[in-house]
Amino acid sequence: MPKDHDGIGASTKRREDVRFLSGAGRYTDDINLRGQAYAYFLRSSVAHGNLTSIDTAEAEAMPGVVRIFTAKDFEGVGGLPCGWQVTDRFGQPMKEPGHPVLATGKVRHVGDPIAVVVAESLAEAKDAAEAIMVDIDELPAVIDMKAAVAGGAPLVHDDVENNLCYDWGFVEENREAVDAAIRGAHHVTTLELVNNRLVANPMEPRVAVGDYDRTTGEHTLYTTSQNPHVIRLLMGAFVLGIPEHKLRVVAPDVGGGFGTKIFHYAEEAFCTFAAKAVNRPVKWTCDRSEAFITDCHGRDHVTKIELALDAEGKFLALRTDTLANMGAYLSTFAPSVPTWLHGTLMAGNYTTPLVYVNVKAVFTNTVPVDAYRGAGRPEATFQLERVIDKAARELGIDPIELRRRNFIKPEQFPYQTPVAVVYDTGNYHATMDKLVEIADVAGFPARRAASEAKGKLRGLGIAHYIEACGIAPSQLVGQLGARAGLYESATVRVNATGSISVYTGSHSHGQGHETTFPQVVAEMLGIDATQVDIVHGDTSKIPMGMGTYGSRSIAVGGTAMVKATEKIIAKAKKIAAHLMEAAETDVELAGGQFSVKGTDKSIAWGDVCLAAYVPHNYPLESIEPGLEETAFYDPSNFTYPSGGYACEVEVDPDTGKVEILAFSAADDFGNVINPMIVSGQVHGGIAQGIGQALLEQAVYDENGQLLTGSYMDYAMPRADDVPMYAVDHSCVTPCTHNPLGVKGCGEAGAIGSPPAVVNAVVDALAARGVTHIDMPLTPARVWAAMNAAG
Amino acid sequence: MYDFEFVKPASVADALAALSDEDAKPLSGGQTLLPTMKQRLAMPTKLVSLAGMAELIGVSAEGGVLTVKGATPHAKVAAEATAYPALAALASHIGDPAVRNRGTIGGSLANNDPSACYPAAALASGATIVTTAREIPADEYFQGMFTTALEEHEIITAVKFPIPEAANYQKFVQPASRFALVGVFVAKFATGVRVAVTGASEEGVFRWTEAEEALSSSFTPDAVASLKAPAEGMIGDIHGTPEYRAHLIGVMTKRAVAAAA
Repeated sequence: MPKDHDGIGASTKRREDVRFLSGAGRYTDDINLRGQAYAYFLRSSVAHGNLTSIDTAEAEAMPGVVRIFTAKDFEGVGGLPCGWQVTDRFGQPMKEPGHPVLATGKVRHVGDPIAVVVAESLAEAKDAAEAIMVDIDELPAVIDMKAAVAGGAPLVHDDVENNLCYDWGFVEENREAVDAAIRGAHHVTTLELVNNRLVANPMEPRVAVGDYDRTTGEHTLYTTSQNPHVIRLLMGAFVLGIPEHKLRVVAPDVGGGFGTKIFHYAEEAFCTFAAKAVNRPVKWTCDRSEAFITDCHGRDHVTKIELALDAEGKFLALRTDTLANMGAYLSTFAPSVPTWLHGTLMAGNYTTPLVYVNVKAVFTNTVPVDAYRGAGRPEATFQLERVIDKAARELGIDPIELRRRNFIKPEQFPYQTPVAVVYDTGNYHATMDKLVEIADVAGFPARRAASEAKGKLRGLGIAHYIEACGIAPSQLVGQLGARAGLYESATVRVNATGSISVYTGSHSHGQGHETTFPQVVAEMLGIDATQVDIVHGDTSKIPMGMGTYGSRSIAVGGTAMVKATEKIIAKAKKIAAHLMEAAETDVELAGGQFSVKGTDKSIAWGDVCLAAYVPHNYPLESIEPGLEETAFYDPSNFTYPSGGYACEVEVDPDTGKVEILAFSAADDFGNVINPMIVSGQVHGGIAQGIGQALLEQAVYDENGQLLTGSYMDYAMPRADDVPMYAVDHSCVTPCTHNPLGVKGCGEAGAIGSPPAVVNAVVDALAARGVTHIDMPLTPARVWAAMNAAG
Repeated sequence: MYDFEFVKPASVADALAALSDEDAKPLSGGQTLLPTMKQRLAMPTKLVSLAGMAELIGVSAEGGVLTVKGATPHAKVAAEATAYPALAALASHIGDPAVRNRGTIGGSLANNDPSACYPAAALASGATIVTTAREIPADEYFQGMFTTALEEHEIITAVKFPIPEAANYQKFVQPASRFALVGVFVAKFATGVRVAVTGASEEGVFRWTEAEEALSSSFTPDAVASLKAPAEGMIGDIHGTPEYRAHLIGVMTKRAVAAAA
C-alpha cells in the first residue's frame, strides 16, 4: 500500500493538536453561560461517621448565596446507579448498597459530599460553606481490606455483612480440578503481591455545567466525560428521571480520561438538578486537591497466585485469590473490573489448561475504585508475568524460554481458553522474537558487566501480555452482568459537494480520532482525508453511542463507521450507474472516481454527491435523494492485542534508586491506521505503567485520611523518569472479525510495562536474594528489600 | 483564598511600616505562602510584597564572602554565584524553572522547611543571616522545623556566605515533591570542615559533627565511610523510614566529599 497518501497506514500528524497546542481547545471549564452560578461542595473531612445534623441557617444569610442543598433536597431523587451486576459463586447477586448524590445519614469516605453551596461566585460559595454547621458522630474507619472482611470490622454499609460486596469464583466448575492439579504438581510457585492503588490524574480535572431552559423543559449538561450518551442514560433514567429528548449531554474537548471520566459522578447529577432548582446555569470545577478525594481511584488489589508446573516447565494449573477494593460505594463499572475484565485474562498467552480465580470485592472507607487504563487486565497480567518470572528463577529456566514453552502456538488459533474467551488470532512467538531483537537481549550480559564495573546492579525484565479490547459483544456482556449494550454507532453525512462529516459515538479525549477516523473513510473512498471531519461528544448531534474505553474506538466505533461508509458507497454506485448509464454491477470506485468496468467512462466522487442533493438527473423512483447513512455495529468477539515488553534497569546499591535505561515494546495490534499515533499511545501507556511500577501510590492512614492527597506526596512520572522507548508494531495478525483487522492499542502500554519493570528490578537484585518487591519500587523499598534479603 | 490587601512598597523601610499592621505578612517569592493561602490554611489581612525591590536583589563577592541579598531569586543565584560554585549548583536544582524564577533565598530561609536546600548551604557555610534588625550567625538562626531566630516582621535583607576552599551539595530527592529526602552540604574551610544535613531530621537542618571531625582530619570519602548517622530523631514517612534517611546521610556525605575533593 503506498504511504504517500493520508489514508490507512499514513503517519498523518494529529490535526487536533493545532488547537490543543495553541491554547485554542474548548474544554468544559471554558464554557461560561449567562447568569451562571457556582457550586462548591462541602465534603466530609472524616472517613466514617453518622451525620447527626446539618445547620445551614447562618450560611444561607451569607453574601452571594443563591441556595444551599443537602440530602433532604434529593429525597425522591435516585442514587447513582451501578452499571454492572456481578453474580457471586453461590449464584447470588452482589451487595449493592445505595449511593446517594449527597451523603445521607452517614459519611463513608473523606470527600463524601455533605452539602453544596450555590452562589454568585466561587469565593462566596466557599465562604458560606465554612459557615455550615455539620455534626458528625465519628465512627471507626475500615481501610485495610484483609481487616475489612475478617469479621468484626466496622461496617461501611450497615446491611453489608463483613463489608463483602461479592465472593466470585471463575471458573467455579474448575475449582476442585485446579486444587487437585496444584496438589499433585512437580513444582508450585507461589507469590503474594499488591497491585497498588492509583489516582488517574488526567491533566484536566473534572468539570460540570448544568443548564435548564424553562420554556422548553430542556436540560443540558456540559461535562468532562468519555461517554456522554452513557451519562445521559444513567443520569436521565436512574437519577433524575429526565427523558432523553429533554436531556442533552455535551462532552467537548476533554483533557485526558484514562477511565476515570467514564463514570457517572454526583457532581454531574447535582449541576443538572440544581440548574432547574435555581433556574440558572450552575457550574462546578474540581480543583486538584478535590480530584484526589473524589475521582475514582484505580487498581488496589491484593493477590495470592499459585502456578503449578511439570518438570519441563509446562503450566498445569493456576489459582489466584484476590481482594479487590471497591471503596465506599460502587462506582459505575467497579464490579466488572476485578471479575470479567480480570479473570477472563488469566490464561494470558499460555496454554494453561486449568484456571481458577477467586475475587472478594470489599467495601472500605475510601474513595470508590473503578476502571483505570487497562482495568482488570493490568492486574491479571501483572500477577501472571510476575509468577512466571519467579517460576523461571526457581526452576532455573530462562524466563523467555519458559514463556515460549507455554505460548499458544500460531496454528492453535482460534483458541478456546479455559476462562471463557476465545482468542481469534495472534502470534506470540513472533512478538517475542521481535522483542528479543529490538531489546538486544543477546547483548545484555555485556551491558550487565559494564554496569557492575561501575558499581551498579543491572537487570533485564521481560513480560508478555494479552488484553481483551473492543469491549464487546452486547449479548455476551449482558450475560455477564452488564446493564448496558456495548455497540457503537456512526453516521456518515456526505455533503452536497463531497466533503464528509462523520458523527461517531466514540469520544476522543487524547486518542487522536479526529485524525485517524478520517484516514479510514478517505481510504475507502479514495479521497483526501482533509475532506473528512469527525463530530463527537454531543448527544444532540450524534446517534446513541457508548463512548471510549477499553481500547474500543477503532475496533468498534471504527467498524460502525466502515459499515456506514459501505452503505454510502453502495448508494453512490447506484447513482453513478444512473449517471453513466451503466449497470450498477459494472461500477467501480477507485481514487475518488467512479468508473465503468471495461470502458473509459468515469465520474468524480464530488459529481455523484452533488447529484444526490441536486437530483435533476436522478433515479428518484428507486433511490432517495441525499447521501447520509448510519450504522450500529455490535462485534462478535473482543479483540486480542498482545505483545512482548522488555525493561532494562540499573539499581544504585547505595540508595536503592532504580533508573530505567531502556524500554522496548513489540506489540501486535493487528492492522494499524496511523503508526505515529499508535506509537504515541504506547509511549503514554508505558509512561503510566512506569509510574505505577516505580512512583505512584495512593496511601491512606488507618483513620482514612489520604496521605498522598497532592503532588507533594503522590509521585507522577516526569519526563526524566522515563527512557527513550523502542516501539515496534510490525508483527501483525489482523483481527479476524472486524473489517479493518484492527485490535486496539490504547491500554497495552499500561498493561505490559509494570511486570517488565518489576521483573527487571528483581533480576538486578536476585543475586542479593530478593524475590519480590511490591510496587511502587521506590528507593526506600528497594533499599529495604536488598537489606532484608541480604 | 480569603480576601486580603496587597501592598507593594518601594523600600524596605516602607515594607516594615506596612508590616506593622496586625496579621500583615511579608510576601517574597510566594512559593509556600500562596499555595497555603489558596488552600485557605492562612488568612493574612495584608500581604506586603518584597519582590522586585532593587535594594533586596543582587549577588556579589568580596573578600572571600559571597553576599546574596534577601529577595534574590534562585535562578539569579544559580547564574551569578560563580564565586561559590557549590551554592550556584544548589540553587540551580531547587524546584523547577518557575519556582527558581519566583522563589527567593530570604523566603526559603525564613520559612525553614525541613526539606529545603538553602538551610543546608547556610549552615554548612557558617553564613550570616542579615536582617532589618541585626546579623544572626547560621548556628543560632535555625531552631527546628519551620522555626528560626527571626522575630515577627523581621526581614532578611542579605545572606553572607564565607566562601569555602571546597564544597559540594548532594541531594537525594523525595520522588513526588523532589524536595530533599536527604540533602548534605559539605564545606571545607582552612579552619575545618562543616557538614549540614537537610530533609532528614525531625529537628530540621542540623550539623553532623561526627562527620565534621572525621573530615577535618582527612577530607576524603573514606574518612566517613564507616560513620553511621543515628536513625533516632530522623523523619519516618511514606517516602522513607528513619533508618533509610540515616543511611542516606552517610551515602550523600561520602558523595559530597568525593565531588568536592
